Amino acid sequence: MTYSTFDIWMIIVVMGIGTFLIRFSFLGLIGGRKMPEWVLRHLRYTPVAVLPGLVAPLVAWPESTGGNPDPAHLLAAAATLGVAWWRGNMLWGAAAGASTLIALSQLF
Amino acid sequence: MSTTTEKSAFAQGCYASAPFLVIGGPFAVLFGLVSIEAGLSVFQTVAMSVVVIAGAAQFTAVQLMTEVAPVWTIIMAGLAVNLRMAMYSASLQPHLGAASFKQRLAIAYLNVDASYALGIIEYEKHPKMLLGEKLAYFFGTMVLMTPVWIVGTYVGAIAGGMLPDNLSIDFAMPILFLALVGTMVKTLAHLGAALTSAVAALLLSGLPVGSGLLIAGFLAMVVGAEIERRRGR
Repeated sequence: MTYSTFDIWMIIVVMGIGTFLIRFSFLGLIGGRKMPEWVLRHLRYTPVAVLPGLVAPLVAWPESTGGNPDPAHLLAAAATLGVAWWRGNMLWGAAAGASTLIALSQLF
Repeated sequence: MSTTTEKSAFAQGCYASAPFLVIGGPFAVLFGLVSIEAGLSVFQTVAMSVVVIAGAAQFTAVQLMTEVAPVWTIIMAGLAVNLRMAMYSASLQPHLGAASFKQRLAIAYLNVDASYALGIIEYEKHPKMLLGEKLAYFFGTMVLMTPVWIVGTYVGAIAGGMLPDNLSIDFAMPILFLALVGTMVKTLAHLGAALTSAVAALLLSGLPVGSGLLIAGFLAMVVGAEIERRRGR
């Protein structure tokens, strides 16, 4: 144990305050004012712009294989995306992905 | 939380969070276990889940603690992982910015990947939602997720070592978010943004934690907006 009690609380509190300020930033400072159309046009793409990038490295280099790309994880990801898109339903997609991963990890 | 439509929006948000509860529970337990192994006390572990309430950043912090990184490195890495939430804050602003100051404080505290994604999908699906309904839905998504995250952390912290090692839930989160992305892609602009994001995040993964994703997200927003501008929505 190399961290003092003070160090640990410092990590918890500063990370907490910083995270809160990041989350509050735009909501807090802009409030109810209208933003220009070109800004809104960009913001409309935030979810599809951030979530794929968040997940892509986890799919390409899965933790459970020690970061080595493997066909089971790639195919499970493809099945998830494909079925969720096709059915327009998140649960169907997640079920397809999970069963693909379980089935393929029995095989390999 | 007064009108009937607000009550039903709150309930719908609550239902929509169900898949994240199923995954979030074990994920929280796992965090509790890892955090105890990294040397935090039970109280400190639970406090981190209450104060920071951000899974990825918390895992990053305790992981770095097991590697005995300097305190400021740990703090900066944890915050870098959370920088994407500035984009969530901006993206929620047109929908929730008109809420009262107190409500915006609460939204900011509860603005996590799952509540943001569920909320923004609902708002785009139903453009006529009123502010009160949007708020009710958003808080509905977190009314169970928050206690599950905190209680799960506590269970993991006191259970230490009782969970089997090979419980592979590390791929459950990616699957849930991929399923969400699958339902979001409806136009060529969405597809362009999603592909740009994934490819850029992979190419930039060598950059310091979190910053590659930030650049990838920014590029992808520009690509999506530009395709929309040229082709119409």
